Amino acid sequence: MTSPLLTVDSVAKSFQSPRGDSTPVIRDISMRLDPGEFVSVIGPSGSGKSTLFTLLAEQTEPTSGSVTFHGDRDPKQPFSAYMPQKDLLFPWLSVEDNAALGLVLRGMSKRQSRERIAELLPTFRLEGRAKAYPFELSGGMRQRVALLRTVVQDRPVLLLDEPFGALDYLTRTELQLWLADLCAEKGLSVVLITHDVPEALFLSDRVYVLSNRPATIRMVLEQDAPRPRTLDYLETSEFKHNERVLLSELTESTRLGEGI
Amino acid sequence: MTTAHARRSTAARPARVNPRRNSGRQTAFRILAPTAALIALFAVWQAAATWGDTAATILPSPLRVVTNGWGDRENIAEAAAATLQITVLGLVVAILAAVTIASLLSFIAPLRMTLLPLLIGAQSVPIIVLAPLFVIWFGFDAGPKIALVGIVSLLPLTLSTLQGLQSADPDAAILLRSMGASRWKVFVTLRVPSALPYFITGLRIMTSFIVVSAIFSEYVGAKTGLGIYMQTEKNLFRTDLVFAAVFVTIAIGLVLFAATYALEALLLPWERRRKAAQR
Repeated sequence: MTSPLLTVDSVAKSFQSPRGDSTPVIRDISMRLDPGEFVSVIGPSGSGKSTLFTLLAEQTEPTSGSVTFHGDRDPKQPFSAYMPQKDLLFPWLSVEDNAALGLVLRGMSKRQSRERIAELLPTFRLEGRAKAYPFELSGGMRQRVALLRTVVQDRPVLLLDEPFGALDYLTRTELQLWLADLCAEKGLSVVLITHDVPEALFLSDRVYVLSNRPATIRMVLEQDAPRPRTLDYLETSEFKHNERVLLSELTESTRLGEGI
Repeated sequence: MTTAHARRSTAARPARVNPRRNSGRQTAFRILAPTAALIALFAVWQAAATWGDTAATILPSPLRVVTNGWGDRENIAEAAAATLQITVLGLVVAILAAVTIASLLSFIAPLRMTLLPLLIGAQSVPIIVLAPLFVIWFGFDAGPKIALVGIVSLLPLTLSTLQGLQSADPDAAILLRSMGASRWKVFVTLRVPSALPYFITGLRIMTSFIVVSAIFSEYVGAKTGLGIYMQTEKNLFRTDLVFAAVFVTIAIGLVLFAATYALEALLLPWERRRKAAQR
């Protein structure tokens, strides 16, 4: 067994209201991410996925438990780069400058950062669009720019928060296929948050199913099929079986939910 | 019978309008309509002054205004230059002060919470009444007039700039922080560009107010300027020259208004491309 890159150990998180009441959002979550692995977290809406995300992104501290990174890292930088749900591209910056934001903020010169982006544009299917502005791009392209902005930061872990949620079905499928190839090719270590069951199954080595609030891990599903997978994978009995298991688990957790 | 019916229904179908050609026609209309209205206004005015039962000192005809105004062009130009100087310098002072204050308020939350309600309240102070006081305190030179023009535009500019700085998407700020950006870097990379459209709009609204307040400050007491020119000519019953000065005032306002568009093109080059893409 390889040594994990990231471990989440019995993490709990509560929020204090101004009146002093404490609302638990995450009761007990443990999970791991190995180097080069693709892991998905799936759960009903409002289940605390985003809170888990802010913990992984080191934006908040857990109330108890720990998030530990085991790999090499620049101690001054977070170990993860994150891609939020909204693309958050700045309308006043061109594609290359949007993508290079993380590099420039780290102190790289504008010229150098643009050169680095130029090398990566073909991989992200953005050739010839370096000087374009975000409003001149399609939804899928904007999402690829946002992903490029995340990947180019060269952090050991990528955190993707429902990156394709706002896209139409065809564009989403196209991007999922492309992302599967990209992650396998570059050996990226990824945590994906989604509520799209086929997306989680298609992309991941392991799927964590969250319960309703306060969140616990209801189920861990390991998938042995090698990555990157092709559309044929959607026809396999493994996929169909897992899809059924996940859906019944998720609908069950919604039905049993209290306080919604 | 059927054929005739079908033919009739085809004819009744509304003509499809090509949106592009339509927008060209709209642009032409947008220029022609106000021009025609202006010409009509002058025609009515000219007719009323020519055939109406009024003395030229009460209602001078537009032709008379233009002719006599041109005759006194040297004095008018000198006055206009003085007014323009006060206006532009006052605006520059206001911009510098407003940007500084808005930045400070955006950065320091307690300061913002303390001062913002006061600033909003202060907008209702009839600043124009300060003009005579300024003249009493600081004299007849350009200084107090620049200060007055500056103060008139300071509050609206500060508020619109502050609103722009605060309009930045908080999620974008979190994203930048996750990339290792300091608060200052977030301010420069995110808040300042977000504020620019608000700032420009604030400036554009100010341009007409500001010429009027410059003239009012001169009205109260000045050695030269359009305000003092109008007052002098009014006292001499030269209404034609008063009107001539009014025309020049309007022209200055329009030039400043147009200048804000030039500034927008300079500061927000992406906006023009976006508008062009939407057209």
